[in-house]
Amino acid sequence: MAKRVLVLILALMLLGPLLWRIDPGLLDMRARNLGPGLGHPLGTDQLGRDMLARLMAGGRVSLAVGFCASVLAVVLGTGVGVAAGWFRRLDGALMRLVDLFLALPLLPLLLLGVMLFREPLARAIGPAAGAFVLIVGAIGLTSWMQLARVVRAEVMALRGREFIVAARMVGNGSGRLIVRHLLPNIAPQIGVAASLGFASAIMTESALSFLGFGFPPDLPTWGRMLAEGVEQMQLYPARVLLPGGLILLTVLAVNALAQVKVPR
Amino acid sequence: MRNVAMISALCTVLAPMAHAERGADGQLNILYWQAPSTLNPYLSSGTKDLEPSSLVIEPLAGFDEKGDVFPRLAAEIPSAENGGISADLKTVTWRLKPGLKWSDGTPVTSEDVKFTADYCMNPDGGCAQLGRYEGIDRVEAPDPLTVVIHYAAPRPNPFTAFTGAQSPILQKAQFAGCMGAAASTCTDQNFRPIGTGPFRVTEFRTNDALTLEANPNYRDPAKPAFATVTVKGGGDAAGAATAVLETGEFDYAWNTQVPPDLLKSMEAAGKGRVVTAFGTLVERVEMNLSDPSPDLPETERATIKHPHPILSDERVRRALSMALDRQLLSDVGYGPTGRATCNLVPAPEVFASDNTGCIAQDSEGAMALLDQAGWVPGTDGVREKDGRKLHLLFQTSANPIRQDYQALIKQWWQNIGVSVELKVVEPAVFFGADANSPDTFIRFNADVEMFANNFDGTDPEPYLARYTCDKAPSPDTQWQGENINRYCNAEFDKLLAELGRTSGVQARGAIAKKLNDMLTKDGMVVVPLVDRGRVSAHSNALGGVVMNAWDSELWNAADWVRAR
Repeated sequence: MAKRVLVLILALMLLGPLLWRIDPGLLDMRARNLGPGLGHPLGTDQLGRDMLARLMAGGRVSLAVGFCASVLAVVLGTGVGVAAGWFRRLDGALMRLVDLFLALPLLPLLLLGVMLFREPLARAIGPAAGAFVLIVGAIGLTSWMQLARVVRAEVMALRGREFIVAARMVGNGSGRLIVRHLLPNIAPQIGVAASLGFASAIMTESALSFLGFGFPPDLPTWGRMLAEGVEQMQLYPARVLLPGGLILLTVLAVNALAQVKVPR
Repeated sequence: MRNVAMISALCTVLAPMAHAERGADGQLNILYWQAPSTLNPYLSSGTKDLEPSSLVIEPLAGFDEKGDVFPRLAAEIPSAENGGISADLKTVTWRLKPGLKWSDGTPVTSEDVKFTADYCMNPDGGCAQLGRYEGIDRVEAPDPLTVVIHYAAPRPNPFTAFTGAQSPILQKAQFAGCMGAAASTCTDQNFRPIGTGPFRVTEFRTNDALTLEANPNYRDPAKPAFATVTVKGGGDAAGAATAVLETGEFDYAWNTQVPPDLLKSMEAAGKGRVVTAFGTLVERVEMNLSDPSPDLPETERATIKHPHPILSDERVRRALSMALDRQLLSDVGYGPTGRATCNLVPAPEVFASDNTGCIAQDSEGAMALLDQAGWVPGTDGVREKDGRKLHLLFQTSANPIRQDYQALIKQWWQNIGVSVELKVVEPAVFFGADANSPDTFIRFNADVEMFANNFDGTDPEPYLARYTCDKAPSPDTQWQGENINRYCNAEFDKLLAELGRTSGVQARGAIAKKLNDMLTKDGMVVVPLVDRGRVSAHSNALGGVVMNAWDSELWNAADWVRAR
């Protein structure tokens, strides 16, 4: 069920724009605040932009941010966790690094990052791509620590087990041991962490866009649509329910998928 | 049928007169969702504190709904004609109405007025309204009804001290022990000031509720119509609007700024009305006349050393202004609480230029003007000149209405061949005073930016004085300075100096209009969009409300009546 929902959402976001070709940024002042109808299946917003097109465009951005940021966090967290758990000499230093990152507050850090890197990045790869790199980097760099701790604990528990000792006795090096024997055994934990990270990355992005640290305002994301809709919630509840419902469905589906993967 | 209409019209006119007796109308409920925290305006600059206190304490003169000065405790307004203002503009003489009494029954004298000035100007006091008393050398009280203010330099506009809800008269007998450093420790005095206003305090719970009763010594024996008043705090703007317009729990709610559609649907419930008054708050687009390119060294970026490569041409600025549909912006963002404007100084009437040429959108004309300026469409639809694209970075603060405006303006500018990049900055950073942040509106590291600003009081001289050459921010001034456009025009500076030497409202108005036009209609340096009003709501059961943007909203509460 979860898989089907996720596939449906992904298909809608990725293939939808090929079929529904209205420009999500096109303002039509004669068609403001329309309800669902033939021309606009989900109605229009306060500036006459098509809601369906905006939801699809916003979904692409939100899903891409969630995916990239959680991949970054998984790579970092797994790397640090395995290194700390496997190589005793690195353990102390790496765990203090984890503590250090856990103590860093996300928002001031982002403020600094935006101030330092927004302009150079925007000039190098364009304002939207620059913001994407900045946001994914910021979320990824501040959300890998829990995973690192979990992975370290798992690795430490595994390293004394008979099959690892046996594999080492037949002459396997550390690299091979980690890839062939350790990682497959901690994959479920990583999967759960990745799915949780995916969900929280989507939420963090919406908070950032709301505060003005995120994407340029003409680029819709689910989080921004949600934030913009709140003020008009009483009159136009669909503006909050649609992006909010999509965030909820996606996060639930991803989490359910991860649960399935955990062996019972 | 016609007779019925006549009679009912007559009833409405006569209704207030029918019960013109103090305290006859019972209880009045007012909602200030930001609750008052003190009743002494000299210790707080918040509107939420000033306005409730204006029910209790009064200045010598106030501002009416048109921004004109009218006497409260004064017998008449000083002018050059009646000898109240000296020929050298350095001395102002006020005369009190005879027979005035404080709410405790003691007489009001000029000593109280002199004391008030001394109280606020005490160097240890940290008076929140010190600006109103700026330039005063000393205040004298030669007889019980006469106050003479001596200014150190000529003062063309003396209506700041003792004028408006920000500078009411305090009772000397009550506040004598509260001078200087002791001011904020006088809790009893600050929470229960003795005043001359229509009401007096019975109970004040700070940040929660204020209860008042009719002042038995008020100068008009027939007023106020209400016997008791409650000013309640708490909630938010939308909740306050609901309490008056939909549920009818309150008679009056202050500051009900909510999205226009929502306000309209609430008003449709038929329990109350939304009232608006337009002051000087103008949402505008500001053009950067200096080059904000990041290629320049940090000490020269966005300084007058480098003129803007695109926007230095007045024709480009004019075309950008012509492409805007201000009426639509006003409707989308503010509905009945906004109106399209072309003026930086939209009010008061004597200072507002009759400049409406920008209201009608003219994209064709804008394109023709850009053609004429040498910017021709390139292959991608974006105009270019000498190999440079007509590309602008447009920044503003994070705020849902401003982001809608950005989207609209971007589309209009794209339609005339201008490529626009949008940027949003967190408000605390954008309006922050940190000179090291590159994202403040003062640093202006963008081509155009949008925000709103207004001026205090009714005289725009200090406001227009922001645009002189010497006020352009730069590293030499630690990026301080109010001339964020880096506008520099010797003619403007000269005319402004002339304004500083001119007295008389009409003459000052004529000069101020010219200065306003130089910045807007002629120069297109400031591109005003929408004049934003103050908005409040009152129930249909409350009569006599006249909304005022120049003074306390409760300025005429003595005239409020229960409409039956």
